[in-house]
Amino acid sequence: MTVTTPPAPVRTATPVTGTGKRRVTRGRLGLHAFLMVVSLAFLAPLLLAVYASLRPYEETAKYGYFSLPRHLSFDYYAKAFNDSGMGKYFVNSLIIAVPGVLLTLFLASFVAFCVTRLRIRGGLVLLMVFTAGNLLPQQVIVTPLYVLFTKINLPYWMSDSMTMYDSYWAVLAVQVAFQVGFCVFVLANFMRTIPDEIVEAARVDGAGVWTQYWNITLPLCRPALAALATLQFTWMYNDFLWALVFISDGDKLPITSALNNLRGQFFTDYNLLAAGSVIVALPTVLVFLLLQRHFIAGLTLGASKG
Amino acid sequence: MPLPTARRAKRRGPRRFTSRDLAVIGVLLGIPILLELALIWGPTLASIGLSFTNWDGIGDIHWVGIDNYKTLFTDYPPFWPAVRNNLLWVAFLGLVATPFGLLLAVLLDKGVRFSRFYQSTLYMPVVLSLAIVGFIAQLVFSRDQGALNAILANKNDPVDWLGDPDLNIWMVLLAAAWRHTGYVMILYLAGLKSVDPSLKEAAAIDGASETQTFFRVVLPTLRPVNIIVGVITVIEALRAFDIVYAINHGRNGLELLSVLVTDNIIGEASRIGFGSAIAVVLLTVSLGFIVTYLVQELRGGKKG
Repeated sequence: MTVTTPPAPVRTATPVTGTGKRRVTRGRLGLHAFLMVVSLAFLAPLLLAVYASLRPYEETAKYGYFSLPRHLSFDYYAKAFNDSGMGKYFVNSLIIAVPGVLLTLFLASFVAFCVTRLRIRGGLVLLMVFTAGNLLPQQVIVTPLYVLFTKINLPYWMSDSMTMYDSYWAVLAVQVAFQVGFCVFVLANFMRTIPDEIVEAARVDGAGVWTQYWNITLPLCRPALAALATLQFTWMYNDFLWALVFISDGDKLPITSALNNLRGQFFTDYNLLAAGSVIVALPTVLVFLLLQRHFIAGLTLGASKG
Repeated sequence: MPLPTARRAKRRGPRRFTSRDLAVIGVLLGIPILLELALIWGPTLASIGLSFTNWDGIGDIHWVGIDNYKTLFTDYPPFWPAVRNNLLWVAFLGLVATPFGLLLAVLLDKGVRFSRFYQSTLYMPVVLSLAIVGFIAQLVFSRDQGALNAILANKNDPVDWLGDPDLNIWMVLLAAAWRHTGYVMILYLAGLKSVDPSLKEAAAIDGASETQTFFRVVLPTLRPVNIIVGVITVIEALRAFDIVYAINHGRNGLELLSVLVTDNIIGEASRIGFGSAIAVVLLTVSLGFIVTYLVQELRGGKKG
């Protein structure tokens, strides 16, 4: 092989910012142009939805979505929120997602703790059972669960349908069972990086399993737990299928599924639906923008070890 | 440092756990295991069992052998289109969206300015629910009011992007890829950050071009990320549901196996046995990938 390229310019390509001014030329400009175009293309549909939601339907119907605005208002937001009872659906989503996230993290962290810290027998099998469970297509388990939930009776104070079917419990239970798999996987990877000596010392001092878990291991896992919490909240909030299948009473639907029901009501008014979508998307977008670091950490913790 | 063997011996001793410890472990480990078995693996097995029956959810359960599968493969019109669409989904996400996400990650990894802005923007669609992505797709692609037709200015002869059964799957794939690309990008970006820069420098000194360095040096070290991305891509493609359901309930060109399962169990005609057979087909394909992935994970775990 003939060495035609001198190594120097290649070396400046390593991720050190502010390297030689020679590189800040056509290549860099092209790179920025490309990234800018792609970014705008990715953002465009969202901006379009926001723009549409601010304009009256008649206006876009007449002049199209790309016309200049003649009248901008938040009317549709008020309408979407009031007329369709979105507040109620929001509460439904929170009723499922908040306990769901807390329970999932609690149970998953304990399983991970048992597998990695206590090294219980069969830990590896346990890890596989949970991890594989999270990778199954939801539709595989939907049918038997549907039947199971209609058969489980609950007292009236727990469910006004008197069964597990058509109650928050059904969705909550499935969410937890399904997501525990992912969290066990991530937390086990994380706990492996905690030095043994820390727990060892406590054990010598006579700390029981609960103390080792709650007072020693869990605080050390705070970064991973924070990351998982943001991620899990987004996933549970965005869930669509479970509620669709396990809840029949429209009043109990979480907001994502409720949006689908609203579609029938306002079929032609896309601008109103756009406003509804923006409202629905707002919590996850906010969580993402505010907790971006944690959010991304959660995904990559699960993906790349160490 | 105490000898590891001594420590282990001590831990294995009979007084390792007090009875209180055992109670804590029993309850707190028992609950998630029970949940996992009762709500995930139990139903999975039940699905397999039910797929050999013609149960309608109310009456008696009759064993029909492989009848459901026979009907499915030969006499259920939406089945093969659904398989085709699921495969298209895998191919499109795997061959278009994933490489594109990798490309974006590599470009962002060069340490460009405004990298954070680009990252956030490209990643934004991932936090949206697929149901919203489905709606936004309608906003862009609908025939009469969609943005795409407005750009094309074809008011007299509008294209029905989502209604035309030959076209709509591609539009939906674009929308799904919109979300998938950002996801893949983030995973690769994290992987690239952990690549030892001295490897790249060594390759550069040996006279390798940037492209050569990437394909021969960097990409092989990203093997664990590649595997994760591959698994996510396939699993997500098989699981796909929300987006087509939000658009048109998965009909008229947008059939997917997941939609067929749901169709057969909710609503009037609850053909639970038949729906389960479709679910088992889905399961069989997924399990192949799940097992491959777990074996990989195990090997990595042993090494680490």
